[in-house]
Formats: sequence, C-alpha cells, structure tokens
Amino acid sequence: MADIGRLTRARRATPWMSPVTLVRVVIALSVLVVWQVMAVSGWFYGDVVPSLRIVTMALVKLLSGSDFYWNLWATIQEVAIGLGIGGVLGIVAGLVVGANKFLAKAFEPYLYYLGPTPKIIFFPIMIMWFGTGYGSKIAMGAVSCFFPIALNVAAGMRQIDQVLIRVGQSFRANPWQMALKIYLPAMRHPIINGLRLGLGVALIGTLLAETKISNRGIGFMVIDAYTKFDMPRMYAILIVLFVLAIGANTLVARLGGLDDIKQK
Amino acid sequence: MPSAGTRRVLPTVVGLSSIVLILAVVEILIRIGLINRFIVPLPSDVAKSFGRVIVEEDILHRFLLTGWECLAAGVLLTIFGVAIGVLLHQVPLMRRACETWVAAMASAPLVLAYPLFLVLFGRSALTIIMLAFVAGLAPVILKTIEGLSTTRRVLINVGRSFKLTPAQQFWKIYFPSALPTIFVGIRLGLIFALINVVGVEFLINFGGLGHLINELAERYDLAGTYAAICFVVLVSVVFFMATERAERWLTSAA
Repeated sequence: MADIGRLTRARRATPWMSPVTLVRVVIALSVLVVWQVMAVSGWFYGDVVPSLRIVTMALVKLLSGSDFYWNLWATIQEVAIGLGIGGVLGIVAGLVVGANKFLAKAFEPYLYYLGPTPKIIFFPIMIMWFGTGYGSKIAMGAVSCFFPIALNVAAGMRQIDQVLIRVGQSFRANPWQMALKIYLPAMRHPIINGLRLGLGVALIGTLLAETKISNRGIGFMVIDAYTKFDMPRMYAILIVLFVLAIGANTLVARLGGLDDIKQK
Repeated sequence: MPSAGTRRVLPTVVGLSSIVLILAVVEILIRIGLINRFIVPLPSDVAKSFGRVIVEEDILHRFLLTGWECLAAGVLLTIFGVAIGVLLHQVPLMRRACETWVAAMASAPLVLAYPLFLVLFGRSALTIIMLAFVAGLAPVILKTIEGLSTTRRVLINVGRSFKLTPAQQFWKIYFPSALPTIFVGIRLGLIFALINVVGVEFLINFGGLGHLINELAERYDLAGTYAAICFVVLVSVVFFMATERAERWLTSAA
C-alpha cells in the first residue's frame, strides 16, 4: 500500500507540462498572436509586418532552396578562417602577455581598451588591404575575435595552478613544451570561453562586412532582401540566422564543458 | 637596481615606445616604397590630417550627435532593462521561463537586423537608437536580476525584522544593495550601445562619427579615414575608461 501511495505522489509531482514550459508556451503564443494582429491590422505599410503564413512560407522556401546553403557555406568558411587566424594570434598573444608580468603591464592595457571598440569601422582599411572579396571579410572576423580570445587566454594564464608550472619546470621543459604540455591543457576552459566569445564577435564582424560590400554570404542575403524589399525573406533569413548563432554559441559552451563550470 | 617609481613606469614607457617604433618602421617602409602609400598612408600624414578632419568635417557636431544617440539608447536601456530585470526577479516563474531567452538574446547577432530597423523606423537617428537599445538590453536585464538575487540574507532579515512592506523592502534593501551590479550591467549595455551606434552609423551612412569614416573612405581620403578611425577608437577608449572609473567609484561607495 505504501508503495502505491508513493507512486501516486510521484505521478502527481510530474504534471503534463511544467509551469515554466507553460509560461514559455503562453509567451510564445502571445507574441505570435500580437504579430498576426499587427499583420492584419493595416497599421503598418504593406509587407512591413507580413502575416505568419507568409513568413512561414518564406522560411520553407528559404530552407528548401540551394541558394541559402551556398551562401551559408560562404559565411561559415569566412567565419571559420577568420576565427582560425584571429584565434591562433589571440592565443599566442594571450600566452605571451599572460606568462610575463612586465609584458602584461606594457601591452595588456592596449588589448583591454581596444577590445570594446567598434571593429566594423576598420572595414574601409580591410577593403584597401585585402580587397572586396573573401579576404576583407576574413580579416574582419580575425580582427573582431582576436581581442576577446587574447584577453581570456591572458587571464587564464594567470589562474593556472602554480604546482603544475613547477612540475613542468622541475622536468626542465622548454618554453614550447611548457606551452603544449602545461599551459594549453590547463587552460582549456579559458580558451574555449575565449573562442565562444570570439565566435560571436567574428560572426557579427563578418556578417556586417558582408552587408556592406559583398556578393555572397548570409549578410549579403539580408541586404539583398532589403534592397528588393522582400520583407518575408528578410524575416526568414534573420530567424534562421539567430537560431544558428544561438545554437553555435550553446554548442561551443557545451563542448568546452562551460556549463559544468557554471553549475559547480 | 631600478627604483620603485622606475619599475612602475617602465612597462608603460616600453608599451608606448613599441607603438612609436612600429609607426616609425611603417613610415620608413612606405617612404622606401616597400608598402604602397596608396593603401597605407604615411603615419605622419595621418597625424597631420587630424587637425583638418577636426576643423573641416565638423567633428564636434558629429561627436555630439553620436553622443546624443548613445545617451538616448542608454536612457532607454536603463529604464526598460532595469524594469524588466526587477519584474523577472519579483516573479520567479517568469524568471525561470525567460532568463535563458534573455541570455540567448545576448549571443544573437541582433545588429544584423539593421535593414529591418531601417524599414521600421526609416533612415534616421531613431533606427540607430532603437538598434543600440535592443543590442544593449540583455546585459542590463541579466545584471539587474543578478544584483537583486545576490542581496545578502542578513540585509533581507534586517528589513523583515523592521516589518518593512514589500515596497519598502525593495527600495530600502534590495535596490540599494543591487545598485553596483546593476551599474555593471548598464555600463556593459552602454558599451554595446556605443559599438552599435558607431557601427550602424557607418553601415547606413547616417549620423555622426561612423558616418564620417564612411564618407572619408568613399572620398578615398586615406589619411583622413585613418585619422577618423583613430579618433573614434580614442573616443571609445575614453568612454570605456570613464565608465570603468564610475563603476569603481560606485562599487567602493557601496
């Protein structure tokens, strides 16, 4: 009898839908309803707020055509190469600055204060240096992600357990071995966190550069939809882009075990 | 053995000297023709063009315009960000439902929606302000929640022992205790706002300092473009340092 009682209580404790999920569903539905009301109200110029049916159709059309994937691939390539270049340079700069107090005092303020400046303003220079093609977009990605990665790695270097460093020194490891065997493994989390932040800003830098001058990439697709005043397509691209960006951010955080750190 | 004062200023001197050295090397490489002067202008030309850009391009007016856009976005994101943060803190169920969404919003490249804002608000300062507001909102909300949630238990108990009403408890205990953290959020929001204001000004070719860079680049005024970029970087750095000082002052006062 006691067992049955326990089972009954357990079943009561897990309702069909948790209150949090219910609130989320209600909020999402409210947004959709408000959107639809705005679409049919006639308060906005035609197509500025298209109906949900039209946006859904645009979304299906976007995802079923090859055009989107070709442009997505172009953006992924630019972001990946930019992140690769900016990431390697950022990690090296972070290791150098983080390992030496004198260099940190001499150069880290420049990294720290230049980090939050708007990077897109460097785009005219990038165009002059690397042209209007892939090169300038990759450079924008690299410049954008360099600073957060370098700062995270430098901060991570200072938090390494001194015992590990002494172990490396007692084995007479050379600087290269120290970097590969001690510093980098001990700094997995700061590096992953830096790469996560770097990915976000590299993505923004590359996409904004694509909206300025380009003939390929997701940024180009957005500005192309704007110039053609194809609002449903613009909404569809932005929705997919935001979902992909949030997904990529979560994935990097999860792969790097950052969620575990937060929970601890 | 160098004195303590020398040891303190030596890194700064080395840092500044390195920058001067790099600029000198670039100047020499351009003069001997190893770097194309039609791609990279002489650093001395850039330095000379500062005065010209400041006088001829009405930089004060542009600076004030960008400043005004940032201020407007800052006021909006403070009012709405703090209000939403307080609301989410007061209603735990809403907080559990929405906090992840707000964090996700912070990682989405919202600035890429600027063509959408152009359609909604036109090619005007309102587009820039609204975009900066949206881009800077998430950190203000998250930091407000964090500040209110980390109010020390002992302070809350003091309020209870005085039988404060919920409104008094909020204004006398929670809000003052959370203020430094809320300011950290507002500072982050303002930095995001400045980045987005200048960026969107550059992209839509409208407004203050960002617009100036685009205009000079389109005129192919190389030295002027570099000087304007240096000026904007300088403004951002000063802004960043000023807000950092204010944050330190507020944190130490709390």
